[in-house]
Amino acid sequence: MKSVAGRRAVNHVMTALCALALLLALVPLVSLLWLVISRGIAGLSLDFFTAIPAPVGEEGGGVGNAILGTLYIVGIACLIGVPLGVGAGVYLAERGDSRLGDAIRFTAEVLSGVPSIVVGIVAYGLVVLPMRRFSALAGGVALSVLMVPTLARSTEELVRLVPHSLREASLALGVKQWRTSLKVVLRTALGGIMTAILLAVARASGETAPLLFTSLNNQFWNWRADQPTASLTVQIFNYAVAPYNDWHEKAWSAALVLLILVGSLSLAGRLLSRNRLR
Amino acid sequence: MNTKIDVRGLNAWFRGTHALRDVSLVVPENTVLAIIGPSGCGKSTFVRCINRMHELVPGARQSGMVLVDGQDLHARGVDPVDLRRRVGMVFQRPNPFPTMSIFDNVVAGLRLNGVGNGLGELVENSLRQAALWDEVKDRLHQSALSLSGGQQQRLCIARALAIEPEVLLMDEPASALDPIATAKIEELIHELRESLTIVIVTHNMQQAARVSDATAFFYLGELIEHGPTEQIFTNPKETRTEDYVTGKFG
Amino acid sequence: MESPSSLPAGDLAVAREPERAPESAPAHGNVPDRAWAVLLTVLGVGVLCVAALIVSELWRIGGPAIAHAGLKDFVTRSTWDPTRDLFGAAPYIYGTLVTSAVALVIALPVSLGLALFLTEMAPAAVRSIVSFPIALLAGIPSVVYGLWGLFVLVPVLRKDVEPLLGKTLGFLPLFQGAPIGLGYLAAGVILAIMILPTITSISIEVLQTVPGPLREAALALGATRWEAIRLSVLPYARAGIVGATMLGLGRALGETMAVTMVIGNSPTIRASLFAPGYSLPAVIANEFAEASGELHTGALAALGLLLFAVTVLLNIVARLLVRMSRRGPARVRA
Repeated sequence: MKSVAGRRAVNHVMTALCALALLLALVPLVSLLWLVISRGIAGLSLDFFTAIPAPVGEEGGGVGNAILGTLYIVGIACLIGVPLGVGAGVYLAERGDSRLGDAIRFTAEVLSGVPSIVVGIVAYGLVVLPMRRFSALAGGVALSVLMVPTLARSTEELVRLVPHSLREASLALGVKQWRTSLKVVLRTALGGIMTAILLAVARASGETAPLLFTSLNNQFWNWRADQPTASLTVQIFNYAVAPYNDWHEKAWSAALVLLILVGSLSLAGRLLSRNRLR
Repeated sequence: MNTKIDVRGLNAWFRGTHALRDVSLVVPENTVLAIIGPSGCGKSTFVRCINRMHELVPGARQSGMVLVDGQDLHARGVDPVDLRRRVGMVFQRPNPFPTMSIFDNVVAGLRLNGVGNGLGELVENSLRQAALWDEVKDRLHQSALSLSGGQQQRLCIARALAIEPEVLLMDEPASALDPIATAKIEELIHELRESLTIVIVTHNMQQAARVSDATAFFYLGELIEHGPTEQIFTNPKETRTEDYVTGKFG
Repeated sequence: MESPSSLPAGDLAVAREPERAPESAPAHGNVPDRAWAVLLTVLGVGVLCVAALIVSELWRIGGPAIAHAGLKDFVTRSTWDPTRDLFGAAPYIYGTLVTSAVALVIALPVSLGLALFLTEMAPAAVRSIVSFPIALLAGIPSVVYGLWGLFVLVPVLRKDVEPLLGKTLGFLPLFQGAPIGLGYLAAGVILAIMILPTITSISIEVLQTVPGPLREAALALGATRWEAIRLSVLPYARAGIVGATMLGLGRALGETMAVTMVIGNSPTIRASLFAPGYSLPAVIANEFAEASGELHTGALAALGLLLFAVTVLLNIVARLLVRMSRRGPARVRA
């Protein structure tokens, strides 16, 4: 016979182990955030935000072009990915209860698991090869592919949440189908969709791998979509793996900037959804 | 006759609702007590206080005393785990462990206590007590879900009986069953009474009249009347009791 | 009502099925409605086109390289020498598998323990508070993990953890050899941290589908809380948790930057976890931009195709498992 005391002891041990799991999960997070902030903040200055990288050995320089580049590339990604993703989501919600809809939904789910570097190869083949050069456009195409599955899924869920009665009321008033969808349904779901877009943008801004051979990198300012373009993430990578200590410090500072960017976008997205709660 | 369960001034709350108000009653050993009353009157809460399942509900609170064999359930040193082995429970909807076989379901409680030998015999005994043996003896290792609703409920009873409790709490055990299964369970209660003390919550007054020695009528968390079953149904003292048992409300 | 988009990215959508919306009326004879319907359909089908493009591009660029070496040789040979047109992917496949295995071994118990703690042991308030740091963990970009890994984790491994492991478990080939910090172990640990939010959040959703009466059945028999978890909760949630783990594995297989920065970039196959190695995504990241010639590019793309095939397959099976587990164990043979 097992003693109740023994079973109680096992219960306590397991509870303690599970609590330990919580601790183990939090330690790396705290360590990472602490280090990025403490080691990165020293290098932050107006110069850091506005200047381009200095050549090796020279002091100063910054990630201004990288910040701009990230915004530029992600902007291109949004131009392609948002209409496609949100549109597919609306399709799935409004007309997606069919075999075709199921296939599309399934495909979107599966696509969300594709490694980002593989998407980079695809963008290379589709854009870099024909253009014979690395470009911001190629980077944007890669990131847009990454945005589409999550946007489609989130949009579908949000549009389905819009009460059917709203739709019916509009149709009953004689408003055409397309106008109902656009003005009534989408407007109601808009807050949630904006959140989804902001979160997708946050994720895209943090991507590195697909950019390594699509938008490549650039030490200078670039305003053209058909040229290699700097990005924060690639710049962090380059700084980190370089053999110069002061570049390592720049990596921490750039990482802090990236976290602030990604964090603000995510925060904005969540705040938006909170304000729109019914 | 010995007192098995002694409830004194029991109050219970959950999520701000005052579910039981100052309930006191005594259940003698080897008798069957039926708890009747309209929905939401606290019947289930009452029963769940006797095996300390009530305290598992978020926001649950209670005051007053519940004694089993003269021992305060909330005294220091009383382990709810041990208590629940002595005070078993059968729920409204059958809840056998879905990933286990019939055999494994019956012995689940035994295994928890480290009993490893003689399981076959114990299983047969429990299933016979629950009047299920003949129906399942050839398929003990099939999944518990392969049984019908009534059989599953009897399986849950066998599972509860296997650890040889002294008290069996039954929360509307036959409400989800057809009349034949119900009759079997009522027969069961008659036989079990010799070795156990039983408290059965029921919506069905005829059932209460059939199986119990004493009946307690609850209304809005209060114990309105408690007495011998025959008296409650033929000559209740309280107007509200009379109104309920004659079907004027409920 | 919580917006579904406020949860960690697409993974969470897996465990929740969309309700079937009431059908909208088909577009009748008027032009704008028909145009709208066509537009939506085009965009919807666009998703299918994207998937098709991915497959076709990978095959177009990578196919010739596989044909050149022969599939069997491609995956079993371990010499990767672009200058001599020799492409053996074995070291990368090995490295990917080893680091993912290490990641799972570390992440699964921690994720499961965390999920159990939050759903079964801690008060509900703790769960909503902790969901914030978990979402944070999920949102940190890979390159930042890599940065932290390179300058924080690797030194710790090199100076403290690996020597300790070498002393205590050094009889195992896994823990032999000079501790340099970079290597399979470092990559495995970083991956574990990165897939933890995925496995945890899906496991939490799965655990929350376990019906209350099932737990009560165990407790009423006189089970301790842990015994009730073992009797009622875990068997019911088993398939879903396996699915969650597979999704975590899928993420680990495809993770690039953090791994590249700490794995040591050595195209070798070594038994020790302390040894530097390489992974499929890492070699693509390092070599693709400056690949020497079409065959080299093609070989790297072929690696990508391999990665794609495996992660897609894993993803499909995983999502099916999670979906099936939500309907209860009666229909699942896990």
